[in-house]
Amino acid sequence: MKVSDLTNVDGWQCISADAADNPISAGYTSDLLSDVMANAPDDSVLITIQAHLNTVAVAALVEVRAIIICHSRRIPDDMIAAAQREGIMLLRTEANQFDTTVKLHRLLTGDCN
Amino acid sequence: MKALPVNPDQSPLVVLDLLFKLKIKDVMTAEVITVQRTDSLRKVQHLMRDSRISGVPVSENRRLFGIISIDDIIRALDAGHINDPVDRHMSVNVVVLEEDMPLSFGISYFDKFKFGRFPVLNHNNQLVGILSSRDVSTTLLLELLKEYRKIEEQLPHHAPQSAGPISQRFRINRYDFENAGKAAQAIKKILIKRNVPSARIRCAAVAAYEMEINQVVHSIGGNLSYVIDDDKIELFAIDDGPGIANVDQALEEGYTTANEWIKSLGFGAGMGLTNIRRVADEFSIRSTLGSGTRVHAVVRLKDSNGSATDKTR
Repeated sequence: MKVSDLTNVDGWQCISADAADNPISAGYTSDLLSDVMANAPDDSVLITIQAHLNTVAVAALVEVRAIIICHSRRIPDDMIAAAQREGIMLLRTEANQFDTTVKLHRLLTGDCN
Repeated sequence: MKALPVNPDQSPLVVLDLLFKLKIKDVMTAEVITVQRTDSLRKVQHLMRDSRISGVPVSENRRLFGIISIDDIIRALDAGHINDPVDRHMSVNVVVLEEDMPLSFGISYFDKFKFGRFPVLNHNNQLVGILSSRDVSTTLLLELLKEYRKIEEQLPHHAPQSAGPISQRFRINRYDFENAGKAAQAIKKILIKRNVPSARIRCAAVAAYEMEINQVVHSIGGNLSYVIDDDKIELFAIDDGPGIANVDQALEEGYTTANEWIKSLGFGAGMGLTNIRRVADEFSIRSTLGSGTRVHAVVRLKDSNGSATDKTR
């Protein structure tokens, strides 16, 4: 699966669509950035409510390819700029972390039920 | 005091650029030796001798009252009033610099006034440092060295993959979340260029980032330095305080002293030091309450026996 496959998912709004060719193979759901750093797999999608610059910094260090911000949290401009600079896709959704995680899991495993 | 050998009208562009880019606070000595108004000139004389300095600000609770120079001491010895309190003989019309001024401004002061040093105040008029011509020349030399390296890297010839040891130091400020991660990013870039296995890069970058965040969140400010050679990266995080009361407790996963604001940003989960310890091949921490904390970590850049060992998993 590629990052670009995340852009046409119902309910997920694409905020910045950089490096759409990057591969994704896993997801990680956490609002603790130290936990993300310790445990997020390479080539993963991060599901979080932490809508700020440092989330991008952490994501870049551990090869997270896309970030999905839940609960429609406002995304500051400097976060968008950082995501573009680092080649990380930014998405936003009204849904909570649990529902978003389930949806991503289905996309990754091809399970449509 | 001789003028600095930096002429803002006739220096190469790279120097001019640095003079405007660097702020006084990047260059000054932040640990200022001060005396109080009631201290005797004799005490100042000994302090100057022991610390090899030629001027001391008179300050209490970071408020600046005056400055005593070695000339004042010589005069006091001559006139026999060396046991008088400082405030009777200090200069009260002190020329000061502000921490956010560009360095070019500081250099013009060394030309304009014949003083060897200028106290530095923040915008609340608190004494935060002192700028001597020595601070200026050492910082400029270091910065020029960095610029020189950059130019060297851009040269078209094939640079060897490991070009010997590289080191750099980053200043880290309290609550400056915006710049946290600069060191980790720089380290990652270098290691990618040196073809270090990605699992090792991740360990090094995580250790550096946690060190940066620790200083941003818990310290009043500090420095992060790295030294990269062929086999390993060594990280030193040295802060200016306030120090950790119980280091063993701080090393327990989940223990934190962070406030709610920090936690709302996703930090302060009590995982920082344990994360560093887990990714590092060598780890040590030393802390003194009231003076500061020093964290040292080494991450090896080669997989042992050629097999990939990712300690973060």
